[in-house]
Amino acid sequence: MTVTEAPPAAPVPEPVEPVVHKQSVRRKLIPYWLLLPGILWLVVFFALPMVYQASTSVQTGSLEEGFKVTWHVQTYWDALTEYYPQFLRSVLYAGTATILCLLLGYPLAYLIAFKAGRWRNLLLVLVIAPFFTSFLIRTLAWKTILADGGPVVDVLNSVGFLDVTSWLGMTEGNRLLATPLAVVCGLTYNFLPFMVLPLYTSLERIDPRLHEAAGDLYAKSSTTFRKVTFPLSMPGVVSGTLLTFIPASGDYVNAELLGSTDTKMVGNVIQSQFLRVLDYPTAAALSFILMAVVLIMVTVYIRRAGTEDLV
Amino acid sequence: MRWIRQNLVVIAGLLTLAYMILPNIVVMVFSFNKPAGRFNYAWQEFSTDAWKDPCGVADMCGSLSLSLQIALWATIGSTLLGSMIAFALVRYRFRARGAINSLIFLPMAMPEVVMAASLLTLFLNLGAELGFWTILIAHTMFCLSFVVVAVKARVLSMDPRLEEAARDLYAGPVQTFVRVTLPIAAPGIAAGAMLAFALSFDDFIITNFNSGNTVTFPMFVWGSAQRGTPVQINVIGTAMFVIAVLVVVTGQLISSRRKNSALLK
Repeated sequence: MTVTEAPPAAPVPEPVEPVVHKQSVRRKLIPYWLLLPGILWLVVFFALPMVYQASTSVQTGSLEEGFKVTWHVQTYWDALTEYYPQFLRSVLYAGTATILCLLLGYPLAYLIAFKAGRWRNLLLVLVIAPFFTSFLIRTLAWKTILADGGPVVDVLNSVGFLDVTSWLGMTEGNRLLATPLAVVCGLTYNFLPFMVLPLYTSLERIDPRLHEAAGDLYAKSSTTFRKVTFPLSMPGVVSGTLLTFIPASGDYVNAELLGSTDTKMVGNVIQSQFLRVLDYPTAAALSFILMAVVLIMVTVYIRRAGTEDLV
Repeated sequence: MRWIRQNLVVIAGLLTLAYMILPNIVVMVFSFNKPAGRFNYAWQEFSTDAWKDPCGVADMCGSLSLSLQIALWATIGSTLLGSMIAFALVRYRFRARGAINSLIFLPMAMPEVVMAASLLTLFLNLGAELGFWTILIAHTMFCLSFVVVAVKARVLSMDPRLEEAARDLYAGPVQTFVRVTLPIAAPGIAAGAMLAFALSFDDFIITNFNSGNTVTFPMFVWGSAQRGTPVQINVIGTAMFVIAVLVVVTGQLISSRRKNSALLK
């Protein structure tokens, strides 16, 4: 991809003529002019806020007296010791939801990519369309689905599923709503499209002749999947798990609507500290710890998975 | 039994799809409910009252129109800024490319609540009044990266020889851009714009932090989960779903018809 918008007369290698040189300087500036407004927007409203948040996290004071930067790093330690259960819960719930998304989403992506034929576009529409119904409305619908004494609870109860999950500590008694399982169910549901779409994109790129070749070499279909399809879909698996795990770890909507006070995640704490308790330093520190945890996990994961061409 | 084993992938995939569509069906069914109390969570009896009077709930349609306005402006802003960035990144080599790429990637690799909270600290420190403008600024910011990714994908797959051909035929830079580059990039830009619109319209977390007392539609739904959910919310949800499906299906039909007629020529 070279500079392609040069007029046909302009020589591409080092121009000698001063007139042409002037033009090439102007030409060199074009990308910067294109970038300037958008990048400025991101610097002012994405990068700069991070600086403000960093400064907020080391302030002390109160809402009445005002906050001052006192380099009170202790806030971080206090926040971590007080809210580590919520942190652990966030990682646990988001991690479980991510694994469930992968297990549920893979067959669907595979179905759309290889088996759907002329139904492919319709299935893709059905994956994307829920996006357009407000996700809050859809999450509220889960309250109806998982309601006490509803058909879902009855069926799961009669097959003994709820006994198992109660024993695992994921549900309580004959209830689904207001339990960890309900929160994980909501998270899985909400972020499934973010798993299915990247998986589909990477599966679709696989040449079907590779499957035939594997078959010709007497590979069973399970072997073909293990040795050919799955490794080739790794970029989709990596970006899908990231797109699921990152937003899920900071989410507080599912925990609030489908959970109880025992299922609060770190997002709930940040939200209430910022908007209700108005303890800005603690809230900022919590938010930074969450960011650090996510960034570290993501970096390690990308290193392990060995995919650099994510974006 | 053998049939099940052979079609295991299809069955599992369709079950996942059912899991994804189930809430939409519930929303649709409960838009015809006549709830007994404040909450519309349990089925009582069939009624079309809510459909006859979709704006019958105080403030709901106001919040809906506010959300539409914000989504519209955020889409225009982020699509414009994002497309420019995408073109610059794909078409030109320059210094700081790596840094700019990570600046665009970071908003997508950050939990929303972190961005929401940091923006709030900025606005609090600047003493900005929270409301329409802060929401719009925030939405444009987080939609930007998604537009860049969508447009970049399309521009990357464009054949630069088409533009060279245009120039060989003595088209000026502006003419080349308007008549060749832009039409080819249009599907990518449209995809980016649609994504931005959907993201902005549906955003809750960032809006929750930066809206002050302004109530967008997701904020209204959130509040109603505490106060009582009117059936009209389900009506709007159903209408949105139906409209989205219709828009996407018509878009598909038009593009496939265009392809066919292009083949015929």
